[in-house]
Amino acid sequence: MATTAEDLAREDKLQGLGCSRKRKEDPRFIQGKGTYVDDVKLPGMLFADMVRSPYAHARIKSINKDKALALPGVHAVLTAADLKPLNLHWMPTLAGDVQAVLADEKVHLQYQEVAVVIADDRYIAADAVELVEVEYEPLPVLVDPHKALDDDAPILREDIKDKDNAGQGPRKHPNHIFSWEVGEQEATSRAFDEAEVVVKEEIYYPRVHPSPLETCGCVASFDKVKGSLMVYITSQAPHIVRTVVSMLSGLPESKVRIISPDIGGGFGNKVGIYPGYVTAIVASIVLGRPVKWVEDRMEHLSTTAWARDYYMTGELAADKNGRIKGLRVNVLADHGAFNSHAQPTKWPAGFFSICTGSYDIPVAYVKVDGVYTNKAPGGVAYRCSFRVTEAVYVIERMMDVLAQKLGIDRMELRMRNFVKPEQFPYHTALGWELDSGDYHTALTKVLKAVDYEGLIKEQAEKRSKGELMGIGVTTFTEVVGAGPSRNCDILGVGMFDSAEIRVHPTGSVIARMGTISQGQGHQTTYAQIIASELGIPSDEIQIEEGDTDTAPYGLGTYGSRSTPVGGAATAMAARKIHDKARKIAAHLLEASENDLEWDIDRFKVKGVPGAEKTMKEIAWAAYNRPPEGLEPGLEAVNYYDPPNFTYPFGAYLCVVDIDKYTGEVKVRRFYALDDCGTRINPMIIEGQIHGGLNEGFAVAMGQELPFDAEGNILGNTFMDYFIPTTMETPHWETDYTVTPSPHHPLGAKGVAESPHVGSIPCFTSAVVNAFAHKGVTHMNMPHTSFRVWQKIHELSLDKRE
Amino acid sequence: MIPGKFEYHIPTTVDEVVALLGEYGDEAKILAGGHSLLPMMKLRFAEPAHLIDISRIGEIKGIHEQGGTVRIGAMTTENELIASELLQQKCPLIPAVARLIADPQVRNRGTIGGDIAHGDPGNDHPAAMMALDATFVLRGPNGEREVPANGFFLGTYWTDLQQGEIMTEIRVPPFTSGTGYGFNKLKRKTGDFATAASTVVLKLNGNTCADIRITLTNVGPTAFRADEAENILRGQVISEALIEQAAQQVMAVCEPAKDLRGDEEYKTHMAAEMTRRSIRDALARAKG
Repeated sequence: MATTAEDLAREDKLQGLGCSRKRKEDPRFIQGKGTYVDDVKLPGMLFADMVRSPYAHARIKSINKDKALALPGVHAVLTAADLKPLNLHWMPTLAGDVQAVLADEKVHLQYQEVAVVIADDRYIAADAVELVEVEYEPLPVLVDPHKALDDDAPILREDIKDKDNAGQGPRKHPNHIFSWEVGEQEATSRAFDEAEVVVKEEIYYPRVHPSPLETCGCVASFDKVKGSLMVYITSQAPHIVRTVVSMLSGLPESKVRIISPDIGGGFGNKVGIYPGYVTAIVASIVLGRPVKWVEDRMEHLSTTAWARDYYMTGELAADKNGRIKGLRVNVLADHGAFNSHAQPTKWPAGFFSICTGSYDIPVAYVKVDGVYTNKAPGGVAYRCSFRVTEAVYVIERMMDVLAQKLGIDRMELRMRNFVKPEQFPYHTALGWELDSGDYHTALTKVLKAVDYEGLIKEQAEKRSKGELMGIGVTTFTEVVGAGPSRNCDILGVGMFDSAEIRVHPTGSVIARMGTISQGQGHQTTYAQIIASELGIPSDEIQIEEGDTDTAPYGLGTYGSRSTPVGGAATAMAARKIHDKARKIAAHLLEASENDLEWDIDRFKVKGVPGAEKTMKEIAWAAYNRPPEGLEPGLEAVNYYDPPNFTYPFGAYLCVVDIDKYTGEVKVRRFYALDDCGTRINPMIIEGQIHGGLNEGFAVAMGQELPFDAEGNILGNTFMDYFIPTTMETPHWETDYTVTPSPHHPLGAKGVAESPHVGSIPCFTSAVVNAFAHKGVTHMNMPHTSFRVWQKIHELSLDKRE
Repeated sequence: MIPGKFEYHIPTTVDEVVALLGEYGDEAKILAGGHSLLPMMKLRFAEPAHLIDISRIGEIKGIHEQGGTVRIGAMTTENELIASELLQQKCPLIPAVARLIADPQVRNRGTIGGDIAHGDPGNDHPAAMMALDATFVLRGPNGEREVPANGFFLGTYWTDLQQGEIMTEIRVPPFTSGTGYGFNKLKRKTGDFATAASTVVLKLNGNTCADIRITLTNVGPTAFRADEAENILRGQVISEALIEQAAQQVMAVCEPAKDLRGDEEYKTHMAAEMTRRSIRDALARAKG
């Protein structure tokens, strides 16, 4: 409790919880001094490049590598036949399926890896790729997932066509992967039968790509003498990579070292294992030299993990007053050619069942069917927890649809159905325990801030003049922080996370975590947590992650899990140190532990002015003269298994103006209120929210990975794939409320994904609302000028008098 | 994204370029700003054995006025066009067009000559040159010739530039009083080519449209001139009704290719809408 100016100064010096401390990462990044995988150069390093399939579905008749091998500087050309004796031509996926490392007899998607060339430099490798002769026999292509289960559909996965289970339960067709059901089907049907009002909408969430600025890559280096393998890799989960590499290669895990250096963004794309990694590792083991593989942008957009591609049918049952009686969602999920969906093992559709949203819905039923198509395998959680973006999209869209049907204002409908503050912890119909929330306050604050009544009036005037203005809203609840190991694991490893903190004799600190920053600012924020817990200034606390030889085992960073899980582990490890420090302080002050009180950065003997020991003095004593019976040193490790997920929430409002002659949508205003519980660094939170809103804007307004009828991927360059620049990005207004998580040691919930999850349906809500007076209830993304104009033209709103 | 092998030449005079072109024939490609050619080479769509970099040839850079025409060296960059006070005074359409090309990095390297000579229907200068009634100076083994912009563009990536020739200069008549221009380009995002763009240059005599040129970008195999739409407006006092007639006429002559920017119908409508806006802008500017 800081009371005096001196206390405040002491507290400020720590730059602890709640401080908008400048990011410690930025100086090296803005000076171009980061170290990314492609910056790694090892002596004798060779380069890999891929021979890729021009066809989406074809049988490989032959591969002739003679000409490529004859090119000076080429060391090896590997195909599935070469990997087969090592049993590495296929690899397991996170979803219980297998994926071809190099195409084995068939290619299943355009740009699939067919052979890898290893050469002295990147240029020779590219020339050699052209010289590898592959003869294909094209096969019928399956692009539309709705046709996947037809009797006459081409069978894609001949390798598992006779299996009645592809890793996630029974399947009913060779192109079927799984059916996943949650909730009470019969009770939900009854609710719909008895309901006064029912609405239904077909909603497609297009296939999009997380598209981090840095593409994927690795440098594998096998030391034949030591028998050890080191891999620099762009991974969001280096420890899991170590476990997988050990399992696949047969090397003891202690002889595998994985290093995630600086990572140029991940957004879920860098969770899985890609064929390029496996082939670089194999090549390094075979050749005994370091091998670098770094893909280019087209390879990245065409083959690495994408997200979404959910065909959702949403239904709500309600009474005349808009009180919801039931929710039903059926989903057809296009998983591409291999089920390499990234998710905790027991969740074939991720956390999609969070789709009851922020609302008190008595009964619900969800069914998801996954199918194979001739497209890249996936999908991953693109800046969200697993499938939460899809879940929030469907419920928020359906809330708008129901409001429109009932003629009730969309805000009012939400207010009537929100889970009330006194209902927390709230158990949803689909099995989640929402930890805390105050949804009414959040939405009320937003409506007031934007003068919602004024906007409604303005919209009415604009409509009377034939102009198109839309107001969008979302009131979302996220589920992040995976997760409790009783129901969350990756390949059998529980989804805990870890922190190890060492206080040095002079009181500075090094701490290492099992997570890995890709732009989240862990070096900054983890230090703030320790600073507040231990009374040591943040600037004297060094944070390291990403080297499996030094950091404790953790599941990595995705699904906004760093603060909820890694942050909790950090606080708990710091508290162990704090407890030991108290013992040392009591010894030094010749007082009982119970007579001590903690004051910012020191222990004081209650009621004895001047009898105090700072954490720095205690640290010295820990190495110099610890109390008898107490181990010297001052360090601790914590592996934190969270008791529950955390549930950040927010209320967003968007105003758009649409040019009715071009279809251009201009976001005039976007107001984002987020509640992520306790706020560790408000500046980083705001930066994360800006970034998430930008990506949400990109998804809603332009991103898509379309295919033609032959399975050719379209739009796999930045000419077409929409990455907004400052020119396109709207101005963001941010706001917050604070509703701490009751089970997290700091009350923090995680934030980076909320703006992505929450904003996307908000943009759609705004665009659709611009046409709501014409009876339009839904429009699929992306809301490009072209697509919006098609709606305008269909409704003849562009007619000139 | 790794180009095939090529030999790199960096001459310092146009004569050397002509000699190199003569020596290597169709195995040679001229490298200007590189923003069209290099991506095609990285994708191995283009694999020239000889690359002739003309960035060190001083004689084909810069902007000046001579003999009643504004002369722009073919290797003048987009950013130099934007910064030119002479162009701002004599031919403000050119900086207006350049300002909407790609992004600042590209405009630092990209050149007016490269943009024109590439023959890409998505490039912006060809339509502007046709609207301005510009002429191009080409030099080859038989010396120099001047060709009008109207008639230069023969098809996609196909122009009147003959093998062995290099474009050295662009000559533009300066605006006279009563001249106004309009340039409207619809694009998905910064850096994109036009979904459709329309350029209009018109001259008023009192309230009457004495002359007008309407040209269109990326809605056909080349940039092209909408003659019949011009005929609707030439000699008339331009009204909204006439603008609408001209816009409808533009729609009748567009032949866009469908891509992710939109289908034929959308692009055709957008060509018309950009034309309406450009005519209105040109009219307002001509009236001063």
